[in-house]
Amino acid sequence: MSFLELKDLRIHFPTDDGLVKSVDGLSFTLERGKTLGIVGESGSGKSVTSLGILGLHKGTRARISGEIWLDGEELVGAGVEHVRKLRGKKMAMIFQDPLSAMHPYYTVGNQIIEAYRIHHDVSKKVARKHAIDMLARVGIPQPDRRVDSYPHEFSGGMRQRAMIAMALCCDPELLIADEPTTALDVTVQAQILDLMRDLQRDFNAALIIITHDLGVVAELSDDILVMYGGKCIEYGSAEDIFERPEHPYSWGLLGSMPRLDREPTERLLPIQGSPPSLINVPPGCAFHPRCPYADRTAGRSQTEVPELLETHGGHRVRCHLPSDQRRGIWENEIKPNLEAS
Amino acid sequence: MVTYIIRRLIAAVLMLVVVSIVTFSIFFVVPRLAGVTATDFANRYVGSKGATAETVVALADKLGFNDPLTVQYGRWVKGIVAGSDFDTGASIEHCPAPCFGYSFITKTPVWPELLDRLPVTVSLAIGASVIWLVAGVSTGVLSALRRGSFFDRAAMGVALAGVSLPIFFTGMMSLVFFSYKLGITAPGRSYTSFVDDPVRWAYNLILPWITLAFLYAAVYARLTRAGMLETMGEDYIRTARAKGLREPTVIVKHGLRGALTPIITIFGMDVGLLLGGAILTETTFSLPGLGKYAVQAISANDLPKIMGVTMLVAFFVVMANLLVDLLYAVVDPRVRLR
Repeated sequence: MSFLELKDLRIHFPTDDGLVKSVDGLSFTLERGKTLGIVGESGSGKSVTSLGILGLHKGTRARISGEIWLDGEELVGAGVEHVRKLRGKKMAMIFQDPLSAMHPYYTVGNQIIEAYRIHHDVSKKVARKHAIDMLARVGIPQPDRRVDSYPHEFSGGMRQRAMIAMALCCDPELLIADEPTTALDVTVQAQILDLMRDLQRDFNAALIIITHDLGVVAELSDDILVMYGGKCIEYGSAEDIFERPEHPYSWGLLGSMPRLDREPTERLLPIQGSPPSLINVPPGCAFHPRCPYADRTAGRSQTEVPELLETHGGHRVRCHLPSDQRRGIWENEIKPNLEAS
Repeated sequence: MVTYIIRRLIAAVLMLVVVSIVTFSIFFVVPRLAGVTATDFANRYVGSKGATAETVVALADKLGFNDPLTVQYGRWVKGIVAGSDFDTGASIEHCPAPCFGYSFITKTPVWPELLDRLPVTVSLAIGASVIWLVAGVSTGVLSALRRGSFFDRAAMGVALAGVSLPIFFTGMMSLVFFSYKLGITAPGRSYTSFVDDPVRWAYNLILPWITLAFLYAAVYARLTRAGMLETMGEDYIRTARAKGLREPTVIVKHGLRGALTPIITIFGMDVGLLLGGAILTETTFSLPGLGKYAVQAISANDLPKIMGVTMLVAFFVVMANLLVDLLYAVVDPRVRLR
């Protein structure tokens, strides 16, 4: 059995306007030491998924079904207290904006010490020593002094390093990073990504990177899962997704990514329209109102929800277009455009 | 941190000076501008004794109402700082610092009277503030956590009543019901010094405490609820949960701590003001505190007393603010930089 396995995970939120299907039947597996990138627009269900794995929707109004298996343990049906004990220790999370994600009234050291001591029965002194070690490990200079600083006294990059130190302080086996570099300067982004790669290798953790930035996943991921409207619409190795993507939405993502090797005069190729409302998901394929190829499916896009089907070697796509037709479009229409421009 | 404290201290002293100038102006400068003469001032002191016009003019001179206003202000401040002497006609009364003046109506110096009344007001304010802080904040937290529940709606309904109903109504009703009908609490006009009998002290004050606390607890419950709803939605709460902290730790250590700052501010102001006399409560329950003293002084038109109470209230408010500023720096580390 895989280290982490999601089976048909659904997380729905009842609201006054209707049922919000934030995550709607998501399945994937992840092994130790491997990295999965989850990509998608805002509101595609990426963050809800990660909070769901951590069990942070328990006790809220969210309706959760499906299965989450972590190291042989099922978490959806597990008790609140049981999952709480796993949180921070077995699985930890790095959040997007470390300034708002850290408590402004406590020192960085205190927050790491708190995270460590909740799972380890040690004295404050021992925990403090550990916090200093962790800060040193993530590359914060003068950690024995900085441990007593407040988050607002750190720079953005340093704060994110401290956040990573906090997440890693209990040596988690699963690390989820939700947009870990989005709030950072570009120069700092690369440093943080390098750091995460090094740490993942050292700790041999399973890593999930959630982002809307394909550059980030290209840097780190072994596998990539593209989400749209709460569903996985394409899943494959990083090579599959970047070299031979088969879903029109993935093509759109690649087309809207700025690239250095492209002529500056060329425009990006954005995806038209806006992400679907999760209350009134379009019937049939959720992407069909924005899909330039929807008219080639003989109306099935509008009426029938496509299945996530394997095309070859673990590469799975949720699309009504026949696989060879998709490959043809990619090779003949999309790829030349991306490369020529 | 030290410079922060020193800056705050200097600001507090300056504020007191400004308050003294304003207080003096209200009672001596503004009436002058409105056409009140030195003789009119003196007339207040003779009252209805039927003094001749010459006596009043002479008295005005003797009391210094004809001196320039700055001299009068200086004399008043000098009295507070260094003490002064008063010629009561029969004898020269020495009034040691801090001398807030001498009441020619009751023929007593003001300061000892203020000191005499202070314990009553302090007892009332401290007891009530502890009750309302605990009750208000815990109600607010529970309401925020169970937003929309029956408890939340009921608590907020009661809070609305608490804010809307005046003390002289709730006080009267509770006196009638609990003291006179059920006989489980002390009737009005009851006060025993804490030093004499602490149990009796608490028993006598419990009804005024609760009545006063009800009003404030309502405000604090609403404030805490709003603050908690905001902080519990913050990212750092999600982080705290993601670390695996227990929910009570998340709520109190991370949530409430963030919501506490505005509550500390308003708490300092409220207690400071109350220390200067809870006028309505003290009047309703006939407690011999500063508030009742102020009311009596105002009814008797006894200027030195009114000014004495005013300055004392101002002193407490300024001190409370100073304390709040210092507490701020402890509660919110980001304040120290500013």
